[in-house]
Amino acid sequence: MKGRVRTGAHYWTGDIACAEGALAAGCMFFGGYPITPATEIAEHMSERLPEVLGTFIQMEDEIAAMAAILGASWAGAKSMTATSGPGFSLMMENLGLGICTETPCVVVNVQRPGPSTGLPTLGAQGDMMQARWGSHGHYEIIAMSPCSPQETFYQTIEAFNLSEIYRVPVLIMTDEIVGHMSEKVIVPDAKDIVILNRPKPKGKKENFKPYAAGRNGIPPMPSAGEGYNVHITGLTHDERGYPVMTPEAQVEMVQRIVDKIRNNCHDIIKTESHLLEDADIVVVSYGISSRTSLSAVYEARKCGIKAGLLRLITVWPFPCEEIRALAKRVKGFVTVEINLGQIHLEVERCSEGKAPAILVGHPGGTIITPDDVLKVLKEAF
Amino acid sequence: MQPDHPLNDLLRKDRIPHIWCSGCGIGTIFSACLNAIKASEIDLSKVVMVSGIGCSGRGAGYINVDSFHTTHGRAIPFATGMKLANPSLHVIVFSGDGDLFAIGGNHFIHAARRNIELTVICVNNLNYGMTGGQAAATTPNRAKTTTTPLGNPESPFNLPLLAYASGATYVARWTMLHTRDLTNSIKEALQKKGFSFIEALCPCPVNYGRRNKLRPLDVFKAYQQKSIVKNGANPIEIDADSDKGIIVGKFIDTERPTYTEMYNKIYRSKG
Ligand code: SF4
Repeated sequence: MKGRVRTGAHYWTGDIACAEGALAAGCMFFGGYPITPATEIAEHMSERLPEVLGTFIQMEDEIAAMAAILGASWAGAKSMTATSGPGFSLMMENLGLGICTETPCVVVNVQRPGPSTGLPTLGAQGDMMQARWGSHGHYEIIAMSPCSPQETFYQTIEAFNLSEIYRVPVLIMTDEIVGHMSEKVIVPDAKDIVILNRPKPKGKKENFKPYAAGRNGIPPMPSAGEGYNVHITGLTHDERGYPVMTPEAQVEMVQRIVDKIRNNCHDIIKTESHLLEDADIVVVSYGISSRTSLSAVYEARKCGIKAGLLRLITVWPFPCEEIRALAKRVKGFVTVEINLGQIHLEVERCSEGKAPAILVGHPGGTIITPDDVLKVLKEAF
Repeated sequence: MQPDHPLNDLLRKDRIPHIWCSGCGIGTIFSACLNAIKASEIDLSKVVMVSGIGCSGRGAGYINVDSFHTTHGRAIPFATGMKLANPSLHVIVFSGDGDLFAIGGNHFIHAARRNIELTVICVNNLNYGMTGGQAAATTPNRAKTTTTPLGNPESPFNLPLLAYASGATYVARWTMLHTRDLTNSIKEALQKKGFSFIEALCPCPVNYGRRNKLRPLDVFKAYQQKSIVKNGANPIEIDADSDKGIIVGKFIDTERPTYTEMYNKIYRSKG
């Protein structure tokens, strides 16, 4: 039997690195549906999961895939699915169930250009607002965006850890370019990989309250079959998990599932700074675009432009405070993303009019080159 | 003092009164399900009920075992993930015809085809009760509902035939009046491996009955007088027509390898 953690150096695509990261994180269940450019994740999991005594199933559609990973999670398994735009749209319904019932799971979106079927074999970053707001109602979500196969490996582990400790579905918003590029991926020793697990209830099982907030506002989570006799519903519910159809119950439930992310956002948000100390133009980018942006920033420095990069590792929750602080001292922001302005709206919002923001973006199908960014850095501000 | 109800330990007493209308058959079918669970002697901590949305979908809210009230139509794929991730669980899907066969129809046929070990109980009240009586995939031709005010131009599914054609290994249909048979079928299904399907015909006097001039008593009479028990009947020949006759019985009881068995054999045998 092959192990979970394939320690060593590999030449992997982002998609394979994602699947291997999931295995290293302890994933035991994958429910999938084929879709370009995410299919390789399902294929790899179909081969690898049984080797670690996990279960793979190809469902009848992405609605079912999302439902299945929630069921598996309540059975105690760390679970995951992977898809792209059209499938991500179908998952929005049960993503909401996962948020409302506080079910840990990981959803990967290897983004391709939309709307609709769009350009299935090419890359984009056009689903970032859908990641934030795609399911109905008000909620907070965690989303990450890797810029390389190596980072995809680590972010997938991190996504599982965050979903377990905050009891929320975590989204990995990668894209076709990272998903399909092959690069060196170093997998560390298993003992050097941090694995976090959902908080489990202790004490008596009778009259157990599955939604009584524990540490950090997060309730401990029993699994089906452990004897807690829980009732779990997508209706607005009280601490017992019972439906309560009142505005008061709505406030209490929604406020807590929002606050458990908002109040812990300092621990969740991860960014990386490049040459920001003395920068007066700040590029804000994530995923594949942050890689090309970094080259542009170094080129700009050679031309005497004081540019820096704020690279978003987690995109949601958004690092509002960092942008706010930078806005007070910089000439302006340049947002780089493969869409026509989504995270850009957040940069504009958080800069609160103190510094202008320019978008470098297009609706998808190719990367944004360092030259595209450099040109703007040279001309702007 | 009132004597304890024999099903008390299986009920969430703190959630009673339930939402079901008086004259509705769901409660009787739900009791049959609870009695069957008891009779099956399965460890209750391993019994799980999963429901979708609708009047019958509230079933999961009243049973005192691990219970999951999911999204509309998605009880079966949720239950599939749960069962595959922990095969020691006995997973019952309790939901309505609209939930399982219109919005959830695709999931139903695929779970049956895969032979996922689930016991699926469909309360068939011939319409969407919770939203006020709209036409369903089970509404008889020409019947009146709020969305077919002049009569239903469509034809209904024959649910046992659909289950059989999709690969279910246990298929039965009873009315809510056949309490003992229904209980027995659910018990058999629970003790059997593979995908089991039980249709339970149920009056909805408040929405369906009212618009089709069927008083609760008329429906009970039809169930009593027009039901014909035909165990082993070919699912292609089982009408559920209150004029011609309502064929009830256990139609299918066979064996074939389950998804988990096949998966273990093909993927895990090498160790
Ligand atoms: S609406 Fe119909 S099916 Fe629903 S509870 Fe009332 S009588 Fe029963």
